[in-house]
Amino acid sequence: MEKILEIKNLSKNYDNFKLEDVNFNLEKGYIMGFIGPNGAGKTTTIKLIMNLIKRNSGEIKVFGLDNLHDEKKIKNRIGFVYDECNYYDNLSLKDNAKMIADFYDKWSWSEFDKYIEKFELDKNQKIKELSKGMKTKFAIATALSHDAELLIMDEPTSGLDPIFRQEIINILQEYIEDGNRSIIFSTHIISDIEKMADYITFINKGKIVFSEEKTKIEDEYRIVKGGLDILDSGIQNNLIEIKKNKFGFSGLTLNSSALHEKYGEAIVIDRPSIEDIMLYMAGER
Amino acid sequence: MKIIISNSSKQPIYEQIAYQIREQIIKGVLIENTALPSIRNLAKELQISVITTKRAYEELERDGYINTVPGKGTFIACQNVADIKEQKYKMIEEDLIKIIEESKVFDISKSELIEMINLIYE
Repeated sequence: MEKILEIKNLSKNYDNFKLEDVNFNLEKGYIMGFIGPNGAGKTTTIKLIMNLIKRNSGEIKVFGLDNLHDEKKIKNRIGFVYDECNYYDNLSLKDNAKMIADFYDKWSWSEFDKYIEKFELDKNQKIKELSKGMKTKFAIATALSHDAELLIMDEPTSGLDPIFRQEIINILQEYIEDGNRSIIFSTHIISDIEKMADYITFINKGKIVFSEEKTKIEDEYRIVKGGLDILDSGIQNNLIEIKKNKFGFSGLTLNSSALHEKYGEAIVIDRPSIEDIMLYMAGER
Repeated sequence: MKIIISNSSKQPIYEQIAYQIREQIIKGVLIENTALPSIRNLAKELQISVITTKRAYEELERDGYINTVPGKGTFIACQNVADIKEQKYKMIEEDLIKIIEESKVFDISKSELIEMINLIYE
């Protein structure tokens, strides 16, 4: 399948934070949820893709093109939603959009107007008069108005109410329906992407923990619970992270069938949500 | 075609979809050559990921319930009635095994169980 985004051995060093050897790919036609705790490296990775900061090593290809060498070509085909507002406060939405439109070959005013209307925004209002949610809506409207083949969204749903978050999710699903566009969507609100994401890439402390098809994650990860009396090294070796209380233990495992065979009814095996997996994996701080 | 997804079910969503489509084929609600929605359309309608519907269709295709014709779409495959019955037998057998195991846990004897079946079957 055609890869829209390829990241190889990407590293970035700061004094107090390191993004280390990041690798993942995204195929055409799919949505990737990019999840991790605050400060895990999500925004750093996204800024590196957009060449807003300089990497120390590694390689990034978008649409098969090098993101440094072909930066202009690539950006023309990307819709970008940044988690901070970077518009001209004293200008109207329309005037801001005019400046943005100049950067894109395929900018469509009719698409833009369609989204402005859908999001109930007023084109003549100034950016500084908008609420946070309205600014995000404006950012999304501009990202969707130039027929971008890849949407890169950094925490687009933070600060938005559940109704509008759902509306965005519906719009994004519609956007990829034809199979030619992809979305990478960073968030720590896991429920937003739990249903719609095809791939989940989980980053923690600057390292990729996994980047997998969501159905695979659902198939493989289980939470095992049982009494402390059976918590021997045989079980412990099969658990990724163990939580204990006075009455029992629970842990994340990839070997639930082996454990079920050995311990049978003495353990309970549950399906974790993506959030559960994140909590276990990011457990030791 | 009807698909209802439960978020509280222990079954993963792709299995729920595959199961419900299979049931409708076995019951004769979905007949041979009926066109199914595309994986992308089904995902959008159900508000779930494309990879989930893709996986459901892959399972159904693997088991011979549906065929994908490149460029045309996905269709209900020609079904062998004997095969379907055989599979239904298997499903019932699996359910029975569960019932018997459960009965053993609570010391319900074989004759008690058969009596129960006789009563309910009437």
